[in-house]
Amino acid sequence: MKSLEEIVEILKNNLPDVVLEAHSEIKFEPFILIPSDKIDKVCLFLRDNPELYFDSLVNLSAVDDFNGQKIKDEQGNEIMTGGTMSVYYHLESIKFRHKLLLKVTTERDDPIVNSVVTVWNSANWHEREAFDLFGIKFNNHPDLRRILMPYDWEFGHPLRKDYQNPEFYQGMKVPY
Amino acid sequence: MGLLDKEFSDGNILVTTTEDLFNWARLSSLWQVGFGLACCAIEMMATSASHYDFDRFGVIPRPSPRQSDVIIVSGTVTLKMALRVKRLYEQMPDPKYVISMGSCSNCGGPYWEHGYHVLKGVDRVIPVDVYVPGCPPRPEALLEGLLKLQEKIRYESITKKKNEVA
Repeated sequence: MKSLEEIVEILKNNLPDVVLEAHSEIKFEPFILIPSDKIDKVCLFLRDNPELYFDSLVNLSAVDDFNGQKIKDEQGNEIMTGGTMSVYYHLESIKFRHKLLLKVTTERDDPIVNSVVTVWNSANWHEREAFDLFGIKFNNHPDLRRILMPYDWEFGHPLRKDYQNPEFYQGMKVPY
Repeated sequence: MGLLDKEFSDGNILVTTTEDLFNWARLSSLWQVGFGLACCAIEMMATSASHYDFDRFGVIPRPSPRQSDVIIVSGTVTLKMALRVKRLYEQMPDPKYVISMGSCSNCGGPYWEHGYHVLKGVDRVIPVDVYVPGCPPRPEALLEGLLKLQEKIRYESITKKKNEVA
């Protein structure tokens, strides 16, 4: 079992070029903030280091932080420019029974994060889900297409806070 | 009917109309499309199992829509699935019937407001004969829905149009 401080220490010693920020304000969910273009490198290290051995990606999910500038579009709907989107990675080492939460923050207008499919294959569908519902593009993902919504869905990504549901899809009325 | 339960000592003649005979035959062997969508499908399977025994009403799941008489839409119809449900319905031969089972397929159920992916009622894509309310409906409710459908078929006419029958 390694504590967050010990894990951060190991990361800083082995990956000196990655800027890490350890956050432990939230008592039960401390996390490490990692730059979005370094996440694949950090994850590969966390998996392969014999002291850490994070062999399991428990969950990968996205959050729309919705902290940008609210503006009105032509129809009077509230939309957002700027701000951030976040991706969270819940890791667990089955061997050592320690857990870790990683966070990556990216621009909301053009969210791009490096894929971790090459590190854990289970990330494949999780990243497709984050792409489908939040529109986060994962660099180097082998098959980045929608997974839950229909493949021909052209009305955006439904879990974004400023998403507008269409009136009709394939001739079917969508609102109640 | 109960005619078949009784034994006759010698030959008899039954007098009926072709309409009644055909309707009786059709309502007594409604084959359903072997098809389920969500948690209602679990309840539908329980209805088919030995305790509630759908088979005593002549309902058996048929793994092909081309040989089925009734489709039980059992569960949440997502927009993605709605196109498939519609295709299944279109593949069934006439006369065909639809039972909408549960709140989701009746009107969208709990997804009526924020369900960006849910069709708010399967009757937006296929015509529904019987709506069974519940979330999910108990097997008794589904059986009641089936009996209602049987009543509907019993008074159908092969010579008159549907809306002329009282």
